Amino acid sequence: MTLRDFINKLLGRQPASATTAKQRLQLVLAHDRSDLNPELLEQMRREILEVVSRYVEIDIEEGDVSLETEDRVTALVANLPIRRTKPLPQQESKPDGDVPGEADPVWTASQA
Amino acid sequence: MPVTTSGSRSILICSGKGGVGKTTLTANLGIALARQGMRTAVLDADFGLRNLDLLLGLENRIVYTAQEVLSGNCRLDQALVKHKLEPNLALLPAGNPRMLEWLKPEDMQTIVGMLRESFDIVLIDCPAGIEDGFKNAAGAAEEAIVITTPEVSAVRDADRVIGLLNTRGIKPIQLVLNRVRPKMMANQEMLAVDDVTDILALPLLGLVLEDEQVIVSTNRGEPLTLNGSGSPAAQAYNNIARRVCGEDVPLIDPAKVRRGLRAKLGRLMQTKIF
Repeated sequence: MTLRDFINKLLGRQPASATTAKQRLQLVLAHDRSDLNPELLEQMRREILEVVSRYVEIDIEEGDVSLETEDRVTALVANLPIRRTKPLPQQESKPDGDVPGEADPVWTASQA
Repeated sequence: MPVTTSGSRSILICSGKGGVGKTTLTANLGIALARQGMRTAVLDADFGLRNLDLLLGLENRIVYTAQEVLSGNCRLDQALVKHKLEPNLALLPAGNPRMLEWLKPEDMQTIVGMLRESFDIVLIDCPAGIEDGFKNAAGAAEEAIVITTPEVSAVRDADRVIGLLNTRGIKPIQLVLNRVRPKMMANQEMLAVDDVTDILALPLLGLVLEDEQVIVSTNRGEPLTLNGSGSPAAQAYNNIARRVCGEDVPLIDPAKVRRGLRAKLGRLMQTKIF
């Protein structure tokens, strides 16, 4: 972020158009270079979230799986905020009133 | 930086997007190289929409084209159009657009191979796009200069072309950034030079400032590098030619082009704080 971006943010203005241009380019190039179509990426994103949510409780709304690119190398970047870790499935039967994880909709969905 | 070899060089000039300055660069770089004593051939590989002859002011002197050379109807030296004011430069004009129906990458290799026998440098003016015309031209080149402008569409298309050049093993691939407007860059209303080179990950061969003289020179069919013009674009093209020949010429800094308090403030505002 440049000083101008910072001042624009403070004043509630739009960022300078060059900053927007760079961000848009980086996103579109990541897709161009990887040759992944949006549906495939979306499917991958759902499957990754499903696997991860088996082990930890994640914030689905905040979770983000995207392509990023730097130096002509494209990376799949997942940013998944963890709410809390989950008990392992075999420990689940233990009576433990402090863990409300079982009640979580994501957890039950992945168990079903 | 390119290494000057004793052998002849073939350099593709391409961009992906049309209208960013491929042909203008080819014409000006061709003349500038010729003025430095390099025997230079410029090949118009844009058979569909040829314009290199027009920018060089040679449109009235074309007798034969690459088409007659390939079909054996004339010798190469009969088709070559020598520039009257710069005898080190010769143009091989593009053939008829119908050539595209039968032209193969091998044909372009044949033509470029013939040119390399009698010239130090062959510049290939590539058509826009990434279809057959591009593939034919790219197949005949060993090095490439990618030209782009600091606009999202031009940078995106340049990126596609760079990807294709990389898979073909063409190197070095160097970047020319055209139509740079220092004032807009200072106000961060135009992609910065570093933004473009970071995104495309190519070494910068040259920066060409937006310059009205380019239009004047194309009107006349006299490239800026021909008449010793000191305009910003002419200087940039001459510097690019010197770098192509292996000379170490420092790049201009667009931020330093402007002077005064507003320019200083602009530089301060571009400081990266985090």
